[in-house]
Amino acid sequence: MNASAHSCGGTPIITGEDIIVRYHRRTVVDVPRFELCDGETHAILGPSGSGKSTLLRVLGLLERPAKGRITLDGRPVTAGDKGARTMMAAVFQNPYLFKGTVSENVAYGLKLRGVSRAERDDRVAAALERVGLGGTQKASALRLSGGEAQRVALARALVLEPRILLLDEPLSYLDPLIKRRLVQDFSQILSAEGVTALYVTHDQDEAMVVADRVSIINEGTVIRSGDVDEVMTLPTTPWIADFIGMDAALSGTIVDSVEGIAEVLVGEERVFACTQLPPHTDVLVGIRPEDVMLFEAGAEMPVSSARNHLLMRVESIEHMGSTDRVSLHSNGMRIASSISRAASRELGLVAGAEVRAFFKATSVRVQSAAGVPSGV
Amino acid sequence: MIDSLKGKAIWRFGVVFLAFALVFSLAGCAAEEPAEEPAAEEPVAEEPVETTDLILASTTSTQDSGLFDVLIPAFEEAHPEYKVNVIAVGTGEALELGQNKDADVLLVHAKAKEEAFVADGYGTERKDVMYNDFIIVGPAADPAGIKGATVADALKKISDSGVTFISRGDDSGTHTAEKALWEKSAITPSGAWYNSAGKGMGDVLTMASEMAGYTLTDRATYLNMKNDLQLDILCEGDTVLFNQYGVIPVTDATNMDGAQAFADWIVSDEAQAVIAEYGVEKFGAPLFFPNAQ
Amino acid sequence: MEVFWSAFVDSIKLLFGGDAALYEIIGLSLRVSGISLFFAMLIGVPLGYLIGAHRFPGRGLVVAIVNTGMGLPPVVVGLTVYMLLSRSGPIWDLYLTWMGEAMPRVLYTVPAMIVAQVIISSPLVTGVTLAAIASVPTELRLQARSLGASRLQEAILTVKEARRGVMASVAAGFGGIISEVGAVNMVGGNIAGKTRVMTTAIQLETGQGNFGLALALGLILIGISFVIMNGFTRVQQSGGRYER
Repeated sequence: MNASAHSCGGTPIITGEDIIVRYHRRTVVDVPRFELCDGETHAILGPSGSGKSTLLRVLGLLERPAKGRITLDGRPVTAGDKGARTMMAAVFQNPYLFKGTVSENVAYGLKLRGVSRAERDDRVAAALERVGLGGTQKASALRLSGGEAQRVALARALVLEPRILLLDEPLSYLDPLIKRRLVQDFSQILSAEGVTALYVTHDQDEAMVVADRVSIINEGTVIRSGDVDEVMTLPTTPWIADFIGMDAALSGTIVDSVEGIAEVLVGEERVFACTQLPPHTDVLVGIRPEDVMLFEAGAEMPVSSARNHLLMRVESIEHMGSTDRVSLHSNGMRIASSISRAASRELGLVAGAEVRAFFKATSVRVQSAAGVPSGV
Repeated sequence: MIDSLKGKAIWRFGVVFLAFALVFSLAGCAAEEPAEEPAAEEPVAEEPVETTDLILASTTSTQDSGLFDVLIPAFEEAHPEYKVNVIAVGTGEALELGQNKDADVLLVHAKAKEEAFVADGYGTERKDVMYNDFIIVGPAADPAGIKGATVADALKKISDSGVTFISRGDDSGTHTAEKALWEKSAITPSGAWYNSAGKGMGDVLTMASEMAGYTLTDRATYLNMKNDLQLDILCEGDTVLFNQYGVIPVTDATNMDGAQAFADWIVSDEAQAVIAEYGVEKFGAPLFFPNAQ
Repeated sequence: MEVFWSAFVDSIKLLFGGDAALYEIIGLSLRVSGISLFFAMLIGVPLGYLIGAHRFPGRGLVVAIVNTGMGLPPVVVGLTVYMLLSRSGPIWDLYLTWMGEAMPRVLYTVPAMIVAQVIISSPLVTGVTLAAIASVPTELRLQARSLGASRLQEAILTVKEARRGVMASVAAGFGGIISEVGAVNMVGGNIAGKTRVMTTAIQLETGQGNFGLALALGLILIGISFVIMNGFTRVQQSGGRYER
């Protein structure tokens, strides 16, 4: 278990400590510490059955854990605390719209809070505008399409202007076209308002779009927690690498460092990376395949700001639909590149072929290997 | 939440239901007044009389005979301070109600049981009121050939021939009498031909008619239902067939005065005359024979 | 077939014939069953909600008991209520001890009939309601709570979502008592003008062999029942749920 302790700049808005949840004698969640920072969108990413929804419900005060303490703004709270719960609102996988019109659904939480009719109508109208459903107040909630229904569910939560928004796989039931559009909208809304959000998903692409920080969870425990780019670029365990579809992080040592650009020895290859770590530090190195561009080995070198240009040999090619994932190696270093099928064919890539790999120093993620037990 | 219910079907429905219930209830009340006036003999303003309820437990066969339709109004006219509620059940149940003091006065026809009832202290006294007679009815074709025979012979013939016989089977006065008659003839009725119905007299007569079988019945119920049945009187007049009715005020009844008043009235000349007359106009012969001492 | 047709014609004639006694009987049937249904709903809907919405140890047993209650023979209920209300019954003695005077007679009155019918009807309302409530997805209730609903508000929303089923429970409860005769006969006594309802009147006429009249009364009862059930159904239809 290797949860990186990247904590919040200030006081976290929600903390969870020693959370244990059991169903029928099976422990489904075991998280010693969790922090949700003010204003961030934090993704909880994991496969099905990993306990992510359960963790969300516990942190959202919708379920009582067998053990554990939750604080909200530093104040201890429990699932029965209605005052605390009114500061949050949730959107689930299934929109669970209530019988009635769109307006009645969106206004539900406002009515519970005793908001006057006039104010309700105004806020409902504004919320519907924000989710792109302006003017649909009188439509029957039963007749909406999947995407529209989820937007209404989001509006229903947003209209309450909650401190914390809880989202439990809100897009997983939608088809790809709607999902693509909605994920952009969600991401925009979540970042625009400065809303603090907990976003549960099993889709790493979704996490990468919406989240600032991410916690990867499996079998009830949080394996890694931290900045989304870092976590998703630098898989610190084989399991994480497998889950996000990357190769495991590489091991290397910093041999030189000039003005924030370090030269890292990986195997026998040298790679430039942006990091403040000093020379002689043992590090883990990760590069996302999308960031590695390939060119013909023999052609003239194109002008590029990429610091790293290496001559490498193709080890294998994996067809992934519209892209190909090319495994490359040179001098004991192995990386992957993700390129379009057309490009792959144009380059005539086959196992054993030589090719030039270009990637920027900024694409290379580096993390100190200290504190990471080897073999994990 | 209230305004979400407004204008919804549930209100409309509730109104319709209430309207129904009201209409029928009021129609029942309203239509009653004019029907009663012609019956009142004096156009003088009626003084409201305070009435107390009197619970009379009797048998279904007595009620089915229609006797109460004349007897009760006659009693209430003589005693306007009482309002009689007739509960018609089986003899056994009537005695049970009396034992539980849920009835004030009993009018049943099972002399042995009645005497035991009084002896056990549940009733204050027992008085003979009237008798009717039982008859054995059956299909006109009379397959067992009992017409004109004595009861003992008739029962033997039915038992031997195995023609269908329906018994009340409910421990009623009629059933008790039937059992006594089998005993007297030293026959234990058993076999597929003997059907123990567990029902009232009217139901049993209907069954006998349908199944073309024999049954023991009181004359009154038979005469009342004759037109709907395909049964003829095949055995009558034997003295063992007489069915004695008795009236018993219940000890410590809720309405002791009323119970006593009823018991005293029903053996009075006036009441006995009413009983004697009942049925003559309708059937050409009386259904009950008053025999109060 | 002749007898059915003439019974049908007779029933129309009877219904509009202005017979006060008949109207009184119909009105009493509706009053007794209507009031009983009201109380049965007061008991059954909240109870059905509590059982249907929550998990607790022994829930299966409770549901089995409710389901058994749905099949209670009315005549047994009538017998039991009779024994309780009887002058030689326990309640009479208790009343005497507590109040120092004799209990006014409850047997053979309309209130006794209502008591018996509430007992028959409540399990029906409870059982169907609990099934309807249990079919509301728990996550939908969770959604309500996540928007700030208290337990009571969540309950109200759940009942509204289960509207259709709850209306079905009302129809079930009503159907069970408007047609029963065992209980009202036993505790009401079928007293003319006082406790005679449609079912006991039908039974009386049948026992006397007046089948035509009995059938006509039966058709009237069914007809009125149908109109009322029709009303229930219209309310019931106003409640689909969002589903993809």
